[in-house]
Amino acid sequence: MNKLNRLFRNIGLAASLLAASNASATDITGAGATFPYPLYAKWAEAYKAQTGTGVNYQSIGSGGGIKQITAKTVDFGASDMPMKPEDLAKNGLMQFPAVIGGVVPVINIGGIETGKLKLDGKILADIFLGKVTRWNDPEIIAANKDLKLPDGNITVVHRSDGSGTSFIFTNYLSKVNPEWKSSVGEGTAVSWKAGMGGKGNEGVAAMVKNQKNSIGYVEYAYALQTKMNYVQLKNRNGEFVKPDDNSFKAAAANAQWDKAPGFYELLTDEPGKGSWPITGATFILMHKVQDKPEIGAAVLKFFDWAFASGSKMAANMDYVPLPGKLQQLIRAAWKDQIKDTSGKSLWK
Amino acid sequence: MPKNIKAMPTLSLEARMRRHNWLDILFRNVTRLSAFAVLILLLAIIASLLIGSLPAIKAFGLHFLVSAEWNPVTEQFGALVPIVGTLATASVALLIAIPVSFGIALFLTELSPRWLRHPLGTAIELLAGIPSIIYGMWGLFVFAPLFGDYIEPWLSSHLGGKLLIGPLFSGAPMGIGVLTAGIILAIMVIPFIASVMRDVFEIVPALLKESAYGLGATTWEVMWNVVLPYTKIGVVGGILLGLGRALGETMAVTFVIGNAHDLSASLLMPGNSISSALANEFTEAVGDLYTSALVELGLILFFITFVVLSLARFMLYRLGRREGQAA
Repeated sequence: MNKLNRLFRNIGLAASLLAASNASATDITGAGATFPYPLYAKWAEAYKAQTGTGVNYQSIGSGGGIKQITAKTVDFGASDMPMKPEDLAKNGLMQFPAVIGGVVPVINIGGIETGKLKLDGKILADIFLGKVTRWNDPEIIAANKDLKLPDGNITVVHRSDGSGTSFIFTNYLSKVNPEWKSSVGEGTAVSWKAGMGGKGNEGVAAMVKNQKNSIGYVEYAYALQTKMNYVQLKNRNGEFVKPDDNSFKAAAANAQWDKAPGFYELLTDEPGKGSWPITGATFILMHKVQDKPEIGAAVLKFFDWAFASGSKMAANMDYVPLPGKLQQLIRAAWKDQIKDTSGKSLWK
Repeated sequence: MPKNIKAMPTLSLEARMRRHNWLDILFRNVTRLSAFAVLILLLAIIASLLIGSLPAIKAFGLHFLVSAEWNPVTEQFGALVPIVGTLATASVALLIAIPVSFGIALFLTELSPRWLRHPLGTAIELLAGIPSIIYGMWGLFVFAPLFGDYIEPWLSSHLGGKLLIGPLFSGAPMGIGVLTAGIILAIMVIPFIASVMRDVFEIVPALLKESAYGLGATTWEVMWNVVLPYTKIGVVGGILLGLGRALGETMAVTFVIGNAHDLSASLLMPGNSISSALANEFTEAVGDLYTSALVELGLILFFITFVVLSLARFMLYRLGRREGQAA
C-alpha cells in the first residue's frame, strides 16, 4: 500500500513538472528552406540559452515549408523563393526576408587561379544552355585576354534536386539572357538544357571537382568553406566583381525594398557599384491573422532578437545580415500586418 | 473416494482440451490477420499511389509514358527518361552481375581450396551488408573519376565507331552516367546473387556430381549439365532478388547517374532513374501537378517491378511444367 502511494505521488509529481514546463515555455516551430538551416539552428540554440524559448526548425525544403505554413501545422514557414504578392493574399500570409546569401559559379579548369576567370551573364547563360561548349570560345577569350584557356569541352553541372539556389541562379540568367528566359525560365527546378545534376551543394561541388573543364554553381558559404575556384561576374554597372560579403551587401543595399509589395524582391542583377549579380534573400512566411497570439508574438520576438543580436553569428557563418534600414521596414510591416483574431496588432 | 479421484482428471482434461481449442482458434486468427495485413497494406499502397497520381494521369494520360519532356517551369511532365534509365541501369547491372556471380559460386563450391571457402563466402556476404549510400559515395568520389579517366576513353575510342553497339559508347567520357550507375548496381547485387547461387549449388547431391565426374565429365560439364539444371529455380530466384534490388535502388544510383532528364542512346551520358528522380525532386516539388507527376513515377516503378516479378514467376512455372512432361 505504502509503495503504491509513493508510486502515485511520483506520477503526480512528474505530471505536474510536465505541465509546468509546458506552461512556462511557448516553444515555436518552423519548417522549410534548407539553405538557411545552419543559421536558424545556431540562432535557435543561442536564443534558447538566453530566453528559455525553444525554436524547433525542420529543414524540409522550401516547397514543404510553404505547404506546412499554408496548412497551419507550423508557426512559421521558410522559403528561398519568395511567394508572389497575389499568392500571399490568397493564403492570408505575409513574408519578410531573414538573411541574405549569394550564389557563385564555380569552375575546375587546370591552370586558372581562383577568382581570375571573368564571365558575364550572357555567356554564363549560353554555357548553361549548351550553346557555348568550349572554354576557348571567342566570347570567353575576349573577356579573358590574359588567361590561357584550354581547348576543352565544358561540362555543365547543375542541381538535381529542387532548390532555392537554382531559383536565384535561373532568375538571374532569365534577367540577362532572353533566350534563357523563353526556353528555360526560372524556378527551384527547371528543364536543364545541358550537363549533369548533383544532389545538394555538396553533390555539385563533388562533380565540379571531379570533372576537368567543368562549371557549376553553389552557395557562397559552401564555395568558401570548400575552397572552390569561383569566377568574377560582370554586374549591371558593367564592372567585374568578386563574390564576397561586401558585394552581397552592396546588392542588398541597392535593392528598393520599400517599393516591393510583400517584400517580393529578388536581389539578382541589382544596379549600383560593387553589387554581386546573383544575390538572394531567404524568406519567412507567417499567417496575417494569428489564432494563438502568444505564439505569433513569440515568433516575432525571436526574429527581432535574431536581427538585433544574431547578425554577428550570421556573418561568422558567411551569411549576410539584413541592412538596418530593411530591418526597420520589416518591423513596420509586422506592426501593420500581423494581428490577432480581434484585429489587434501583435508587434508593439 | 476412488470415484472422485477418477472424475477430477477427466474434468481437467476436458477443460484443458477446451482451453487448447481456444488457443488454437486465437492462434489461427492471429496468423491469418498477419497474412491479410500484408495484402491490405499492398492494396492501400496501390490505392494511395493511384489517388496521388490522378491529377497527372488526367493531365497527361498515356502520353506521360512516351514523353521525354520534364519541365517543372511549364508543368509538362513525361516519364520516358526515368523509365529508360531504370531499365537500362538494371540491365547493365544484371549483364555484369550474372556471369560474375556464377563464377564466384562455381569457384566457392567446386574449385576453391577448403580453407578459403569460409572466409571468402563471409566476405561476399559482408559486401551485401554495406549501406547503399556508401556505394554511392565510393562510386562518386573514387570509381567515377578513375572510370572516366581510364576506361571510358578506351570504350568510346574502341567501341564507339562500331556498328550496332557504337551509339551505346559514344560521347565525352565524364565518369558519370548510365553505365557507371549500372556497374555500381552490379557490384551491389553480386553478393545477393552469388550467395544464393552458392547455397543452391551446395545442395546438389554429391552422388549426382560424382557420377558425372566418374563418367569423365570436366568441372565445366558437371556445372553446366548437372548442377545448373538441378538448381535452375534457385538460380533464377537469386537473379530475381538482385533484379528487384537493382530496379529500386535509390541513393547509390542518384550519386553516379548524373540526374539529367536527357534521352540519349549512349550509356556514357548522364541519365535519370525513377527512384533517383523521386529522391531528388520530391522535397522541393511545388504545385499539385509536379507532386502528382512524381507520385505517378512511383506508381510506374511499382508496376514495372510487379510485371518483372510476375513474368519471372510465369517463366519458372512454364519451366517446371515442361520438365513434368519430359519426365
